[in-house]
Amino acid sequence: MNYAIETFSLRKEFGAKVAVADLTLNVQRGEVFGFLGPNGAGKTTSVKMLLGLVAPTSGDARVLNAPLGNVPVRAKIGFLPEHFRFQDWLNGREFLDLHARLYGMSSAKRQTSIGALLKRVDLQDAANRKLKEYSKGMLQRIGLAAALLNEPHLVFLDEPTSGLDPLGRLIVRDVIQELRAQGTAVFLNSHLLSEVEITCDRVAFVKNGRVVRETSMRETSNVTDVELIVKNSTPRLLRELEQFGKNVRQLNGSIHLETENETHIPEINRWLVAQGVDVYKIGAAKPSLEEMFLAVMGEDARAG
Amino acid sequence: MRGIFTISQLTIHEALRKRVLLAALLLGLAFLILFALGIYFMNRELIETSRGPETQAQRALVYIFLTMAGLYAVNFLMVMMAALLPVDTLSGEIRSGAIQSLVTKPLRRAEIVLGKWLGFWVILAGYLLLMGGGVLLIARLVSNITPPNIAVGLGLMLLEATLLLTISIAGGTRLSTLANGVLVFGLFGLAFLGGWIEQIGSLFQNETAHYIGIIASLLVPSESLWQLAAYNMQPSLMRDMTLTPFSPASVPSNMMIVWALGYILIVLLIGLWSFRTRDL
Repeated sequence: MNYAIETFSLRKEFGAKVAVADLTLNVQRGEVFGFLGPNGAGKTTSVKMLLGLVAPTSGDARVLNAPLGNVPVRAKIGFLPEHFRFQDWLNGREFLDLHARLYGMSSAKRQTSIGALLKRVDLQDAANRKLKEYSKGMLQRIGLAAALLNEPHLVFLDEPTSGLDPLGRLIVRDVIQELRAQGTAVFLNSHLLSEVEITCDRVAFVKNGRVVRETSMRETSNVTDVELIVKNSTPRLLRELEQFGKNVRQLNGSIHLETENETHIPEINRWLVAQGVDVYKIGAAKPSLEEMFLAVMGEDARAG
Repeated sequence: MRGIFTISQLTIHEALRKRVLLAALLLGLAFLILFALGIYFMNRELIETSRGPETQAQRALVYIFLTMAGLYAVNFLMVMMAALLPVDTLSGEIRSGAIQSLVTKPLRRAEIVLGKWLGFWVILAGYLLLMGGGVLLIARLVSNITPPNIAVGLGLMLLEATLLLTISIAGGTRLSTLANGVLVFGLFGLAFLGGWIEQIGSLFQNETAHYIGIIASLLVPSESLWQLAAYNMQPSLMRDMTLTPFSPASVPSNMMIVWALGYILIVLLIGLWSFRTRDL
């Protein structure tokens, strides 16, 4: 398989603090990959390792088939940092021209790309204004344009919609769809789970610097969350319910489990009655990514 | 190489756009005007009071002294510019995160450091040409006198500025802006003080003071380079006057130039290594 990103037990320690414990994941070419986790889970450090900004303590990775830190491959990578700080004494057009030159693009190519991208992120009218006069949302959009200048094969977007108004978010969402259509892989760090749900093909949940779950969003849409309220639930009952689905857990006085087959719901009912369990409620719902996030992270973890 | 030139253009562009150069040029212009007025009126006075041919040599000495004083002031301005202009360039961009947008481009980290170094070096060389050239031109127009060996002298002044620039760039790869400023000025101060201890000490033939001066100039050769520049740009008569900032009691050896070049290379290599191996 030709992967855009492959990591093998990447680990990063800052002194005694372990920022990333063991990152092992694959991102396919042309895939939109969501990287989710609470604050301090090691998401940004992971991205920085993949971009060569931070050297891993151990482990290895390949990005677009090149080893970490490879310089020429960066010509095919775009990056919008989370805490973007740009050369704010330049105007929008000069800023894009600088970054296009750093990518080694020819003068003619720079002209056409910059014009098209300013239009794409809706900043033509602000092209000749200095970046220091831009709002946070405008900066984020010009940063997105800079990340796309080189027609990348892989784009890292670290919180691309955090400062954006609904119109700006729509632009980012459309851009991600276009990138997918062009076969560009997108590695998306986002706090906004609803955005991830709409845009991503696959997501990984990362906790304490480890990937604790990876799931395809297509699979996710098939999953049904079953909620049961019964009298006297026991650990044994929870164990036995695993025959009908996975991730069986007790939550706020209810039992929850995930199943990919809705025909299991009447079967669960029949089985419970046969076991002599008093059933007060059986409910079924498609879990949102947020619910899945909370289930994976534990209730104390907020989407950070 | 493309990366180095793009980054050095960016550096010069930034200095222009942030009006740093404008401020430096306006102050420099004010200095040149002051210098021109001073030397002009002193020249008028001298012509009126001393008419005999025997005073020609004395007059020439006064002009050279004034010119050297002007160049000494230019040297201080160059030291300030070399230390302060680049003091924030790496540490500031590392702190703000702006460096991330450069380092993730298809550039080696060394190209970023060298590009910034080259950009500031071009600015410093231009500034020296303007200010040093201005002082020499004014002196020439007013008194028709030009000190000897000005190319060597200005070259050594540029070498001194290059040395401080290199320390400032290398320090910025790891230190905060404030700590880097303290480092560069601290080192310059050390060399400056060492030079004066050596001068005063040699008046009393004090060996310890002499060695303190040598050690200080080996640690930071900036003051020795100025002393060597000043030595080259004055006539022998003036060299014999002790205790002026341009008449060193013991003239630094030409080996100091070799040491300064090696010093710059070593500090630059340390800076490149330090930036290459750090997390950003």
